Amino acid sequence: MAGLKDTAAIAGIGQTAFAKRLPEAEKTLACRAVLAALDDAGIDASEVDAFASYTMEETDEVELAKAIGAGDATFFAKVGYGGGGSCATVAHLAAAIATGQASVGVAWRSRKRGSGPRPWTNTAAQLPTPAQWTRPFGLLRPADEIGMLARRYMHEYGATRDHFFQVALACRNRANQNPAAMMYERPLTREMYMTSRWISEPLCLFDNCLETDGALACVVVSAERARDCRNRPVYVHSVAQGLPAQHHGMVNYWTDDPLTGPAWTAARRLWKDADFGPQDVDVAQIYDAFTPLIPLSLEGYGFCGRGEGAAFTEGGALEIGGRLPLNTSGGGLSEAYVHGFNLITEGVRQLRGTSTAQVTGAATCLVTAGEDVPTSALLLRS
Amino acid sequence: MAEPAAGFLDPVVDEDGAPFWEYAARGELRVQTCAECGEPRFPPRPCCPHCRSFADTWRRMSGHGRIWSFVVPHPPLLPAYAGVAPYNAVLVELTDAPRIRLAGNVVAAPGAPLDSVDPARLRIGAGVRVVFAPAAPGGMPVPRWLLERG
Ligand SMILES: [Zn+2]
Repeated sequence: MAGLKDTAAIAGIGQTAFAKRLPEAEKTLACRAVLAALDDAGIDASEVDAFASYTMEETDEVELAKAIGAGDATFFAKVGYGGGGSCATVAHLAAAIATGQASVGVAWRSRKRGSGPRPWTNTAAQLPTPAQWTRPFGLLRPADEIGMLARRYMHEYGATRDHFFQVALACRNRANQNPAAMMYERPLTREMYMTSRWISEPLCLFDNCLETDGALACVVVSAERARDCRNRPVYVHSVAQGLPAQHHGMVNYWTDDPLTGPAWTAARRLWKDADFGPQDVDVAQIYDAFTPLIPLSLEGYGFCGRGEGAAFTEGGALEIGGRLPLNTSGGGLSEAYVHGFNLITEGVRQLRGTSTAQVTGAATCLVTAGEDVPTSALLLRS
Repeated sequence: MAEPAAGFLDPVVDEDGAPFWEYAARGELRVQTCAECGEPRFPPRPCCPHCRSFADTWRRMSGHGRIWSFVVPHPPLLPAYAGVAPYNAVLVELTDAPRIRLAGNVVAAPGAPLDSVDPARLRIGAGVRVVFAPAAPGGMPVPRWLLERG
């Protein structure tokens, strides 16, 4: 793994508009995002020879390759566990490129979650194990499962709804600066948060991510190749996946210690292979399908100690100018929920110096994938 | 998940989980336990993660536990559940097997609906005991939980 350090780079990023409802099909959106990313890199689609995506992606590499006019592909991979796979797509492409299996890779996510059906309403598609142990009791949605952990976390560590609000607010404030965000020019107040409807107590409406139609993509090439591309390269410094011992998927409450999720496992590998530590991270893009995932991830990735993640959010720590500016495009809570891929593209913009909420001089960025499912993470550097 | 007439979900049972539900139908709470090293495990699976033995037994539990955490779901939900929302869903840590945590619902009586107990009465750490009843008429018997005190 030390052999992977900075050997590959993200050379291009692309995206479609984000909205509750877009007229085009997922496949069309995927093609637009990938072509935009290739254009951003200045690389012709015929040079693409590697593809990486993650589960719940309906546009497969065969369809995409054909549509964009890719060349012969020699590497393709699909990572499991929905939003936990976002960062792993870049990691798999980086590994393929570092080992000479391919030269130009694209990763993408296209999703019509805003106008399409909610996945949890498809009861037939829910796996018998572990769903047989939860669904009959009305734990139907990811919000119910994370809510269970959130209540326990509040009980054990004195976390409050105000801590979760600080997370929602930081993301919303950044979205208010980002014209591409669904929540651009739509401020959030504490009163709005505290009086909003419940989804699964202790989680309210604003503790939950958006529902979005949209697609994003990025292009990964060797560091050497990236230096000749149209935009400033963003190096893939360290990568990791995390599936902890005795983990059960999103219903992590069957492990001995449910409040240490996959982030902890991914983090150990991520930092082991890095030239810098959590204290050197300039900006973070942390998977935020639900606000409690942020304090849990802050602990897992070593920004604070066990049980200190909620307190970490106090005093504007997650805002621009704070200790760890968070989700600077608005994240899943306020820019778009496209299974975390927008966190990767925003990490790239920060290190290029082109974010709408630019952290001055940002040179290092942590990007994480879904927490409480088998996960993945990236350390990016300029 | 299979849906009984009332629209509540029945467990879709797999090979590993079948004994749990068969015992539940007889009104017994049993947990898969390694026949070699004695470690309980949940959810059920083919072999023991501690000693890798494939031999198991199903140990009878006292049926007592404590609420480890709980949520109160509100719509949007599947129609049957939306009809009784807000209701409680709890995670019960078993007294006889700490760290074995079963999802369920605290109800006022075995056959009472999911919203039959005011969520304000629930606390982490509260004692509960198991009873068995179908989630809906004609459904599979599943564990339900009664608060130990008033
Ligand atoms: Zn054993």
